[in-house]
Amino acid sequence: MELIDVLVQLVGATIRVSVPLLLACLAGLFSERAGIFDIGLEGKMLAGAFAGASAAAVTGSAWIGLAAAILTAVCFGLVHGFASITHRGNQIVSGVAINFIAAGSTIILGQAWFQQGGRTPSLSGDARFQAITLPGADAVHDVPVIGPIYAEVISGHSLLVYVAFLMVPFTWWVLFRTRFGLRLRAVGENPAAVDTAGISVTWLRYRAVLCTGVLTGIAGAYLSVAQNAGFVKDMTAGKGFIALAALIFAKWKPVPAMFACLLFGFLEAASIRFQGMPWPFIGKVPVQLMQALPYILTVILLAGFIGKAIPPRAGGVPYVKER
Amino acid sequence: MAEAAIELIGINKSFGAVRANRDINLEIAPGTIHGIIGENGAGKSTLMSILYGFYQADSGEIRVGGKPTAIRTPNDAIAVGIGMVHQHFMLVENFSVLENIILGAEGEALLNTSISKARSELRRLEREYGLEVDPDAVIEELPVGLQQRVEILKALYRGAEILILDEPTGVLTPAEADHLFRILQQLKEQGKTVVLITHKLREIMAITDTVSVMRQGTMVATRKTNETTVEELAELMVGRRVLLRVEKGEAQPGGVKLSVKNLTVKDSRGVTMVDNVSFDVRAGEIVGIAGVAGNGQSELIEAIAGTRRAVSGTVTLDGQPIDVTGIADPGELRDRGLAHVPEDRHHVGLVLAFEENENSILGYHDKPEYLNGPFLNIEAIRNDAREKIQKYDIRPNDCRLKTANFSGGNQQKIVLAREIEQDPGVLIVGQPTRGVDVGAIEFIHKRLIAMRDQGKAVLLISVELDEIRSLSDCILVMFAGRVVGERGPDAGEGELGLLMAGVESKEAAE
Repeated sequence: MELIDVLVQLVGATIRVSVPLLLACLAGLFSERAGIFDIGLEGKMLAGAFAGASAAAVTGSAWIGLAAAILTAVCFGLVHGFASITHRGNQIVSGVAINFIAAGSTIILGQAWFQQGGRTPSLSGDARFQAITLPGADAVHDVPVIGPIYAEVISGHSLLVYVAFLMVPFTWWVLFRTRFGLRLRAVGENPAAVDTAGISVTWLRYRAVLCTGVLTGIAGAYLSVAQNAGFVKDMTAGKGFIALAALIFAKWKPVPAMFACLLFGFLEAASIRFQGMPWPFIGKVPVQLMQALPYILTVILLAGFIGKAIPPRAGGVPYVKER
Repeated sequence: MAEAAIELIGINKSFGAVRANRDINLEIAPGTIHGIIGENGAGKSTLMSILYGFYQADSGEIRVGGKPTAIRTPNDAIAVGIGMVHQHFMLVENFSVLENIILGAEGEALLNTSISKARSELRRLEREYGLEVDPDAVIEELPVGLQQRVEILKALYRGAEILILDEPTGVLTPAEADHLFRILQQLKEQGKTVVLITHKLREIMAITDTVSVMRQGTMVATRKTNETTVEELAELMVGRRVLLRVEKGEAQPGGVKLSVKNLTVKDSRGVTMVDNVSFDVRAGEIVGIAGVAGNGQSELIEAIAGTRRAVSGTVTLDGQPIDVTGIADPGELRDRGLAHVPEDRHHVGLVLAFEENENSILGYHDKPEYLNGPFLNIEAIRNDAREKIQKYDIRPNDCRLKTANFSGGNQQKIVLAREIEQDPGVLIVGQPTRGVDVGAIEFIHKRLIAMRDQGKAVLLISVELDEIRSLSDCILVMFAGRVVGERGPDAGEGELGLLMAGVESKEAAE
């Protein structure tokens, strides 16, 4: 196989693998910028993936699946909001609880509803978001270099992939060019300033949590209704946590978040692509090591390369009016 | 007479069992500067928070411009033209000045137009009131004086006609405070009403037209400023006569206890903060170091007390050297009889989350009287703390209370009690009365004089020139890291002020 083909495939795979990371990362960005730490991204994504696959399997419509995924993740998000905003609970504990509930309930409900060992029925046709072939992709496929890049990297993804990448400039715009974004960033830094300016801290933070729910829902739907043809237990496999790592790596900024997610996605894609291939001088590397590689590199990158990452100053602290 | 700008009638507010405000009546005339004075915890801030809609009164009525007005949220207050500059600034530190000013008053959903509108409005306010500030500067890079100006601009941008300032000078240097007063004067001339909350008598006398005094949640008196005196106000605040001038006898200096020679200290950025400073402190005298904050006084006492490493120079305590350029151990210095009351009691002097009794022995916790084998002798520590509470009149009288719940003056007394009761030969005190009530100031000053009269050496650092002048037997003035003058206790305020500003007198220049 030619080098260019290998590269093009690798980049195409990187994009596909990055999408759930990117959506979850942007989801976390909305929440954390508003001062609500959310380690429950993983659980919301998982619940969304399950709800999406279930609804799509039952109705035969990928769109209804997407809606169900978003709705479910939003509900989980509201639970987190209720615990940490209204009741000023510990945000980490609440997030952990959501992860556990999602991990357990998806398997139980899946077994109860579909009797396939926690899986949902395989999706096909309209029940799944199919790859979109952009106009002219087939025609240019044989043009050297540009052809494969257009056909494999730019074209040929499902709709949600394009949605995910369009969310990056959109998130930037919301955050830095709208009133809502200004207030959102302010409430994550100094909620007292927001309160004295006559804006409701509670309502603002709830809206941030809602945004998080919507985006994790899309991420979940992408996993089970677009990238894969159904739900498999624990299919998020730590992506929510890697998304959090990417968020810190990107210092809570949307565009760097995209690059961070692409980097983590690339590591994962590469570990799949080069599985079982002999390495020069080393020979064959055990599959497990290759699979662990992205996680190992995550640790190394986070430990050594991010420099000083300053989180939103009010992050993790419930807002209580001072006496 | 014109309708009152603000009228408060029968305001009551309780937090649990604490009645923060009882039956408060207050009338504020438009176009005046009205001072509200009282000790910490007298209920001034609570009252103003009610006026700003931050809290709801339990009962009572607020009238703005003669009309009964319900103020339930800060939004309601803003709508009737009330603006507030909080004691702890309500600014987003990593936002620009402009972003902070428009926050909550953006107007439209998209920022583009609101930002450019704010920019031109800001320019207008700048011209009208002489409030210059770079609209694109980031808040955390601005000095506190300018941050406060942003808070004032925020209120004016929202169309405030009545401006409430809560302890505005607590964080300012004297020069910045004077500048603020000029701004307030100008606002008054433009027809705005200013409400100034403070516990500093000097400020009240300097700038207000009318003054109301609060004590323990009640409004005890309202006076025309030019018809009252500092003494009367202090008495009204505290509820008893207060000695504002320190009474002390002639100093009886003995031998040199603490000697500093050619001390040079740099800060973490490598800037020289203390430049070749030498002086002696004798037994039975108080040496005061005056200077505008940030001229090296902090670094000087930190180096002597062993909490910051000096670059060069020698310091001797009772003739024995202190390893100031190496690892001077504050614990060891304490054993040698050098006690240190740090400038910043919240971050250095106390652990606010600890109980009072724990803080009252911190640093001396390995003394045998507080130990029981390898363990702390809790009973002994608490008894010791109770004694100190009695002796220093620390309130509330509860050694199990969290230190954060004491007022500033009482926290300072906890630190002073801890250090003084160990009977040190040398006491270094930084800003002993910063944020402390008038009543407690009197007490602290008496204690320091008593230390001196017992033959101890006291080194005092303060940005309050009055304090330096009334306590010190010898005054050193620091400017840009150097001691630029040494004066006796009767040096004039003007002369010292010039030295503090770096203008050396003619004699010194010759």
